[in-house]
Amino acid sequence: MGRMSSHNVTPLAGATYPADTQPTRNSGTALELDWLRGVRVNRSAVERRAATIPTRRTVKKNWQAAWLLKAVTTIDLTTLAGDDTPAKVARLCAKARQPVRADILQALGMAEQPIQVGAVCVYHAMLEPALRALEGSGIPVAAVSAGFPAGLSPLELRIREVEASVAAGAAEIDIVINRSHVLTGNWQALYDEVRAFRAACGDAHLKSIIATGDLSILRNVARASLVCMMAGSDFIKTSTGKEAVNATLPVSLVMVRTIRDYMAQTGHRVGFKAAGGISTAKAAVSYLALMKEELGRPWMDPALFRIGASSLLSDIERQLEHHVTGRYSAFNRHPTA
Amino acid sequence: MTVAEIFDTLDYGPAPEAANIANAWLDARGRQTELFIADTWRAPTEGGYFDSINPATAKPLAKIAQASAADVDAAVAAARDAQPGWAKVGGPARARVLYALARMVQKHARLFAVLETMDNGKPIRETRDIDIPLVARHFYHHAGWAQLIDTEFPRHEPVGVVGQIIPWNFPLLMLAWKVAPALAAGNTVVLKPAEFTSLTAILFADLCLDAGLPPGVVNIVTGDGRTGEAIVAHPGIDKIAFTGSTEVGRLIRETTAGSGKELTLELGGKSPFIVFDDADLDGAVEGVVDAIWFNQGQVCCAGSRLLMQESIADTFIAKLKARMQTLRVGDPLDKSMDIGAIVAPVQLEKIERLVNAGAADGATLWQPDWARPTEGFFYPPTLLTDVGPASAVVQEEIFGPVLVAMPFRTPADAVALANNTRYGLAASVWTENINLALDMAPAIKSGVVWINSTNLFDAAAGFGGYRESGFGREGGREGMHAYLKPVFLKTLKRTANTGVAGAAVPAAMASAGNALDRTPKMYIGGKQARPDSGYTRPVLAADGSVAGAVGDGNRKDIRDAVEAARKAEAWSKATAHNRAQVIYYIAENLEARAAEFRDRVCLMTGQTKRAAAREVAASVSRLFTYGAWADKYDGRVHATPLRNVTVAMNEPLGVMGVVCPEENPLLGFISLAIPPLAMGNRVVAVPSARHPLAATDLYQVLDTSDVPGGSLNIVTGDTGALAKVLAEHDDVDAVWDFGSSDGGVAVERASAGNMKQTWVSHGLTRDWYDLEQAEGDAFLRKCTQVKNIWVPYGE
Repeated sequence: MGRMSSHNVTPLAGATYPADTQPTRNSGTALELDWLRGVRVNRSAVERRAATIPTRRTVKKNWQAAWLLKAVTTIDLTTLAGDDTPAKVARLCAKARQPVRADILQALGMAEQPIQVGAVCVYHAMLEPALRALEGSGIPVAAVSAGFPAGLSPLELRIREVEASVAAGAAEIDIVINRSHVLTGNWQALYDEVRAFRAACGDAHLKSIIATGDLSILRNVARASLVCMMAGSDFIKTSTGKEAVNATLPVSLVMVRTIRDYMAQTGHRVGFKAAGGISTAKAAVSYLALMKEELGRPWMDPALFRIGASSLLSDIERQLEHHVTGRYSAFNRHPTA
Repeated sequence: MTVAEIFDTLDYGPAPEAANIANAWLDARGRQTELFIADTWRAPTEGGYFDSINPATAKPLAKIAQASAADVDAAVAAARDAQPGWAKVGGPARARVLYALARMVQKHARLFAVLETMDNGKPIRETRDIDIPLVARHFYHHAGWAQLIDTEFPRHEPVGVVGQIIPWNFPLLMLAWKVAPALAAGNTVVLKPAEFTSLTAILFADLCLDAGLPPGVVNIVTGDGRTGEAIVAHPGIDKIAFTGSTEVGRLIRETTAGSGKELTLELGGKSPFIVFDDADLDGAVEGVVDAIWFNQGQVCCAGSRLLMQESIADTFIAKLKARMQTLRVGDPLDKSMDIGAIVAPVQLEKIERLVNAGAADGATLWQPDWARPTEGFFYPPTLLTDVGPASAVVQEEIFGPVLVAMPFRTPADAVALANNTRYGLAASVWTENINLALDMAPAIKSGVVWINSTNLFDAAAGFGGYRESGFGREGGREGMHAYLKPVFLKTLKRTANTGVAGAAVPAAMASAGNALDRTPKMYIGGKQARPDSGYTRPVLAADGSVAGAVGDGNRKDIRDAVEAARKAEAWSKATAHNRAQVIYYIAENLEARAAEFRDRVCLMTGQTKRAAAREVAASVSRLFTYGAWADKYDGRVHATPLRNVTVAMNEPLGVMGVVCPEENPLLGFISLAIPPLAMGNRVVAVPSARHPLAATDLYQVLDTSDVPGGSLNIVTGDTGALAKVLAEHDDVDAVWDFGSSDGGVAVERASAGNMKQTWVSHGLTRDWYDLEQAEGDAFLRKCTQVKNIWVPYGE
């Protein structure tokens, strides 16, 4: 395989990463077409592995509670609806600051820990109310950008949109890629566009949505992931939430394996965000297990892992209350977003 | 640990499956199990009880009855009593019982899973998600075969009472593989679980009582090897089905030789796992996990020999080591464990001994750096590199979580390394190139080939080995055949022993004394060959006069013929159409000389001209039959419950020895030598000792019929002696013996050397004119083996 022989692969010593090395931002690489050509993904093999992630690993009791709390900290609490208003966003941000009831945290012995979500994710127009509502919390605000969700508006406007969101105070920019570049194999165009978004981001972190549901085959998912990383993405993200199929374990497995290969080749750690369709506590634990198994402990923290979700939090809250009380909980017992 | 502490480490923590119900079941029996004979629980008559140990804790679980020979007698008697009734109720009634058994397994799935894990040490994930669902599937599938038995297997009947001996690695699943087809076909069984793992069989028997199974249809006798010996030697048993080590399989072959017992053996393996440079390497790494760290590597078809294309070998090993580091070994009842306990100390010691010997031999040993549990019998996932084909760890089945890895250069190199083993159970091939995958699959000598996958099983796809991995298939249509026999068999008469014609005499003395002297030679590699001995044997006419002479073949002639057959590999690769044409051509040329052959047969056998003409005509017709079959004995595509194509290919066995009957010197020869030839085997045929001239005349026909040299060889001489040489030859893949005066006893015994397949007359005479007895499907089945190729797809 061209890729493996033409690149000097640094063997992984193990899935874990030394704790003392802090991740630096991914500066990207040149576009390496040989690498893309060498990509092989066997769908059936991917599906078999993905199917056993939830069956090979489970967490119970205190472990389950701790994992669910960790999952809360990785949530990009999101609202991306046509009827979003400043008040709706303010409500969401209040939930982001205090995602789990204080009495439950107390009972879990976690009152001292700052349990808040990983970020709040909104459209550009809602940045201002979000930033205001989150002031002083340390919670970053992410804006979807670059012609979200289809990514087919003029490139100039897409770049300007990124710049505008950064200027408005977004710490993270979730861009969508132009899927037609993937489907037509125009890797150079894809690379150039994502590079331009990265440049427009400045210090803001770039999260590239590859919209797996639109890419049809897993090889495209892997190649688009690699191009986005080569172009300097800080995160690669599965979906906009608007495709017919959003995050699944198989596509996530393919993407995290490209992150592992990219790290082996370049030393850069790139984050992963699963978005859309993750609505149960059990699913969140499976995703954390996927990260632990395939990439290791560092990828279970919000610095390198996010779940883009809106309703997931409510299910986790119910499970946590059940853990504390031993009784099954109800949605209306937890503050809504 | 507190939530706050775990929040930082994010360890998995314990996730134990509750064992209380399984323990309650054991307690209710007083932690002691008895023998299940004729639907009653019986204490062993002698021999007492032995402990069954939980390998994860090294503590005893229960006391298991040790069945004695007397107990086996009682079980066989119960099975014998029950058998006619069970056959007579008919397929649909049996289907209902098998269906009930399937439902019963599903209803008690978790209890079976937990009990199996406690007894065997395999992770609960595997028993819960793999073993027990496959057990239920096997009973469902075979309920279907029972329902269809009259239409799908017409004019067949059950073999009778079957002795079944199963291993400890998949205790309940192997029970299902044995019991379901046997029962579907109308047999009754005496089953012995492995002594390390009897408990799920006991639970199964317990539930049989509720499933409406008549008394005596299933009998379960627990015990160690002595119980197994009593079953194997028991004269009241019609068939032995065994899964286990090649070593024990060989003993069983020797013991049952000449007893008339049918035999199927599913034995060991050292299966290759081949990764090409264009494979999905991460997918292949997970494949390795499923290949060799499934069930602690205690799997007969484990992919234990990793063959990697040299260009990706370093990358692959690096990825593999990273993956090994994240495997979890520990309490098998913990739901988050990948690898459980080794079944018993004796197996753990064997693994340690072989690995240490490999390391001492120069292999580089790598194991993850985490610690394994100290209580119970555990062994970490292990990788041995820097090994060569000559290393013992590469050749011997370790039956543990130990992988040996070697690089290869080209596809041809991969095939050579893959086939460089005495075994032939399974293989796994990883490449994204369908041309390469489908080129590799037929080239590898194994009963199963998994493309981009490994360890996939289903009741609809037969499972079984080539070479010393055994013979017979379990699952699918071919698996049903192993428990059925044609009804005409019981009508056959014993062959009158005619003795062997003539001792070897100097050629001069064997002269017929009239006409031009002509001594047919052997026919080896497409050429006439003088006998190595330099002696000839007179052939007597029916009136006692000397009709001619043939070479007195010996072991060296067999050696030469086998060598020629081995080299004639092109015949096995020829297209079916091409083989059909050659066989039609033989028929055409034989018919052209029909009168001459008629007279030869007349002269030797004393038949009337008319009878001899009938024999020649029947021979020509039989040739046409196999010419017809050559391109029609197709494989199948099985409906396995996965997104894949499971292709069952009928492949030739390889080099076959065929020993022909005394009677019908031409028709008998054609009936036995031609079906293997039609299916692509290369044949060494030994014609009738008394009447060999019809066969030796035939080589002139072969010469003019485009039969490639070496594909059909003829060695004349003492059939019994030559049959034995063929059976002892390790490069012969199968022997059919319809000619030895002992009915094939010596052949069956000697075949244990390389576990070649045998088909012998048991001293019974067939009517070679009767189409049901003398041609067709049964003959084709006996000279082919099914290879199941699993091809998952999806882009």
